[in-house]
Amino acid sequence: MSDERKKLVEVESLRKYFTVKGNKLFEKKYVQAVESVSLFIYQGETLGLVGESGCGKTTLGRTIIRLYEPTSGRIVYDGTPIFDSEQKIRLNMLKYRRKMQIIFQDPSASLDPRMTVGEIVGEALDIHHLTQNKNERRDRICSLLSEVGLNTEHANRFPHEFSGGQQQRIGIARALAVDPEFIVCDEPISALDVSIQSQIVNMLEDLQREKGLTYLFIAHDVSVVRHISDRIGVMYLGSLVELAESYELCNHPIHPYTQTLLSAVPLPDPEKSRARQRILLEGDIPSPMNPPSGCRFHTRCPYATERCKAETPVFREYSPGHYAACHLLEQGGSDR
Amino acid sequence: MVAYILKRVAGSIAILLLIMVVTFLLMNAIPGSPFLTEKSTPEQIALAEAKYGLDKPLYVQLWNYIKNYCVGDLGTSLKMQEGTPVKDIIFHQGKFALSIKLGACALVIAVLIGIPLGCIAAYYRGSWIDGLLRVLTTVGVAVPTFVLAALLLVVFSVNLNWFPTLSGSLPDAKSYVLPVISLSFYYTCYIAKLMRTSMLDAIHQDYIRTAKAKGVKTHILVLKHALRNSLIPVITYLGPVLAGIITGSFVVESTFSIPGLGKYFVQCVLSRDYPVIMATTVVLSALVIFMMLIVDITYKLVDPRITLTAKEE
Ligand SMILES: Nc1ncnc2c1ncn2[C@@H]1O[C@H](COP(=O)(O)OP(=O)(O)OP(=O)(O)O)[C@@H](O)[C@H]1O
Ligand code: SF4
Ligand SMILES: [Mg+2]
Repeated sequence: MSDERKKLVEVESLRKYFTVKGNKLFEKKYVQAVESVSLFIYQGETLGLVGESGCGKTTLGRTIIRLYEPTSGRIVYDGTPIFDSEQKIRLNMLKYRRKMQIIFQDPSASLDPRMTVGEIVGEALDIHHLTQNKNERRDRICSLLSEVGLNTEHANRFPHEFSGGQQQRIGIARALAVDPEFIVCDEPISALDVSIQSQIVNMLEDLQREKGLTYLFIAHDVSVVRHISDRIGVMYLGSLVELAESYELCNHPIHPYTQTLLSAVPLPDPEKSRARQRILLEGDIPSPMNPPSGCRFHTRCPYATERCKAETPVFREYSPGHYAACHLLEQGGSDR
Repeated sequence: MVAYILKRVAGSIAILLLIMVVTFLLMNAIPGSPFLTEKSTPEQIALAEAKYGLDKPLYVQLWNYIKNYCVGDLGTSLKMQEGTPVKDIIFHQGKFALSIKLGACALVIAVLIGIPLGCIAAYYRGSWIDGLLRVLTTVGVAVPTFVLAALLLVVFSVNLNWFPTLSGSLPDAKSYVLPVISLSFYYTCYIAKLMRTSMLDAIHQDYIRTAKAKGVKTHILVLKHALRNSLIPVITYLGPVLAGIITGSFVVESTFSIPGLGKYFVQCVLSRDYPVIMATTVVLSALVIFMMLIVDITYKLVDPRITLTAKEE
């Protein structure tokens, strides 16, 4: 049904490994922060991305817009490959920085403490020559600030003079300055007070509607994204384990990890909530420096078999638009 | 900001007074007398001490000394230039000016070379350039100034004869080279290391990623965003650098036979010329404290976050 829709971002087998120093002299180790992730994002939709802390959501988001250089894989934006490790394509990103933007997890860290708000927002305008003269530039900065609910006088102040919520608004204004099409929202509200979280989310939704934006919306909790996302992807230890339409994923999760993740979310109905069995995971999350063989979830999965240890399950479509990576499903066990 | 400056000035004066008292007490705690030589009899010593007021009770001496300093009287030399006012020795015989020239050159070199080296190392982190600089700067902070000075003197002046052995009153540019290198090498290396760490720290901040996401070019990313933010630790370090350069100049001036304050100071310590030792200590301390004050105020001006809190006070 949704296949006629245009895919704005396509990612194939994306990998991002970080090199870190080992314990021994000259020893190098790799943090496999993102391992073979394939997904696509339709134009105008919000794709939610959830997973525990440290599972690589931030890294994936930043690698997609090439703030981090991918280790391997392929990224296609609006039909143009901007990165392809096999065909050795590495497009100059300057043009694409206008189209792909990011809102950071920690608003205070993401604003240069030595620049005023006006400079922070204006810098992007200058780089892409979006305004002709000083007056136009000033007007544009003012209109961007008011668009995110800030005062125009705020332009001459420094970021530390603002509250967390206001700083995140500055970050949003800054991302909007270049008139982007696609924005990675990396847990834009997790650092904020609960009272202002919904304000920011509502604002992002309004902006999306007005400007036809496409979002990759990262959160570590399904409850944050289930209402605003069209589809949701679930990550575990660097890999995407399941991806489906929001309603489908929340109500019919097929991957064992998603099932445990959802069982931790309180249901609106207390009766139902009590009736449902909570699945608790055993053990800690393994280190991405030394991930388990085969299915990365096998050390904690209640259904793990010998095959899971040896063989990596393929991420494939089990019902229309519902993707997952698990050996159980291949054997026809998806009725669980 | 004015309130902040006044507070800092008052604090600086208090520190200077403390240094004066401590120097005075230390001088008195050292056994021996400036007039103690093999030939002098006890009567002669007593006579000489009476002449300079050294027979009075300690607190009277201390009081007189502080009182005199406040009106600009730094006493007279007891030994090498007997009877000459210390003020003349320090300021009028060109000693102070000579040391200041040497120290200022060393400071400027340390900053102008140390900061770019640190930036280069950070920019090429992990590469052979970074490795080379790491080795160089580690050696630089490990080798004591007197060893480096002696080594440079032997190799470049004595053996190769490129530079004069006796730098004298630094008559030409050539005579500056070795003393300035000896004096600034440690600080150049230290600043380079500091700058590298601080720069790497800045480079990994989210606001650098923000700038990158805006499309800022890599070299502007480093020179504008990262540099401005990473200079702050280096600025704070300049106070201690100055203090170190002053003490270092004692060694360097002696090695290269430069008749500056440092060389003179060493001679005075050896001959227990109390008034000169104390005057030099106080003058140099005042200089360091003054520079620290300037550094602190600059620091507040450079970092908007701190300027604001100072305003609010
Ligand atoms: N620059 C880096 N160098 C080395 N390792 C890194 C780097 N950035 C992230 N990692 C590692 O990669 C893994 C994934 O990190 P990432 O920040 O993407 O997780 P996350 O899902 O965003 O977590 P959170 O919910 O806490 O934000 C972590 O194990 C982290 O330690
Ligand atoms: S592949 Fe095996 S270990 Fe992995 S989730 Fe499925 S059943 Fe569990
Ligand atoms: Mg994150």
